[in-house]
Amino acid sequence: MKSAVIVFPGSNCDRDIAVALEQASGKKPHMAFHKDTDLPDVDVIAVPGGFSYGDYLRCGAMAAHSPIMKVVKERAAKGVRVVGICNGFQIITEAGLLPGALIRNKSLKYVCRTVGLRVETNDSDFTRKYAKGQVIGIPVGHGEGNYVADDETLKRLEGEGLVAFRYAALPGQSADQANPNGATNDIAGIFNAQRNVLGMMPHPERAFDPLHGNTDGRAFFDSLVETLS
Amino acid sequence: MKAKVVVTLKNGVLDPQGKAIGHALTNLGFDGVGEVRQGKLIELEVAETDPAKAKAQIEEMCRKLLANTVIENYSIELVA
Repeated sequence: MKSAVIVFPGSNCDRDIAVALEQASGKKPHMAFHKDTDLPDVDVIAVPGGFSYGDYLRCGAMAAHSPIMKVVKERAAKGVRVVGICNGFQIITEAGLLPGALIRNKSLKYVCRTVGLRVETNDSDFTRKYAKGQVIGIPVGHGEGNYVADDETLKRLEGEGLVAFRYAALPGQSADQANPNGATNDIAGIFNAQRNVLGMMPHPERAFDPLHGNTDGRAFFDSLVETLS
Repeated sequence: MKAKVVVTLKNGVLDPQGKAIGHALTNLGFDGVGEVRQGKLIELEVAETDPAKAKAQIEEMCRKLLANTVIENYSIELVA
């Protein structure tokens, strides 16, 4: 599996996801800068978390219009897998690769903790190594992760099984502690209609190595490797 | 030509910042504060001197970048 990681000014999870991709696939990812206008032939493109362009205007709004995103959109249209995590989710949503928007957390607070995620479907290249309905623990760290969309979009996402992950209570948590940001329908991650683009707020690359103390994110990368190798 | 663009959250989109401001105003003793919504004001200059053309150009800026029309409305006022 050949991968690329997009680096914007203010990205800060680019190295973490590059390490996870390299360990899972055995191949060093291509690191592409926001000003690049081309990418090598890759199977998966990761748009990492961080604070691209200092979150100016809206989270992800500036990055969504940077030169490299034109290439990312072209590749996504050709079926290349694209995953946007955290700020990456905000960026690819602003870029129009996914519907809806991510707004300020309901609590107004930046949330940094491990949340429970229910794998809503394992019928995808990103989740096939999980069991459907499995609840995994994955860290989040964001201030704007509250997913919203109009009723028609929500109906389509739910009806077509395009919700990838939903916040769910971890053992010992009450149900109202599960959703860290107020996201509609507890949505933590969604696919596009073709299911080759995934956006998610939680960080599987932060639950990858045994040294992280949690390896629930490992199967995410293994799913991609199994699909694309 | 100068313009002012006001970007606000659409009705029905949760505005926790507006809510927090409303609570703070009530805590300060201002009675009767109803719903508070917070938006953004963007002032910008364009070289175009024809008002209709300038407005059309700024509309396009709003749709492409200045506002996220999934959650936000915008209004444009040409000032000079």
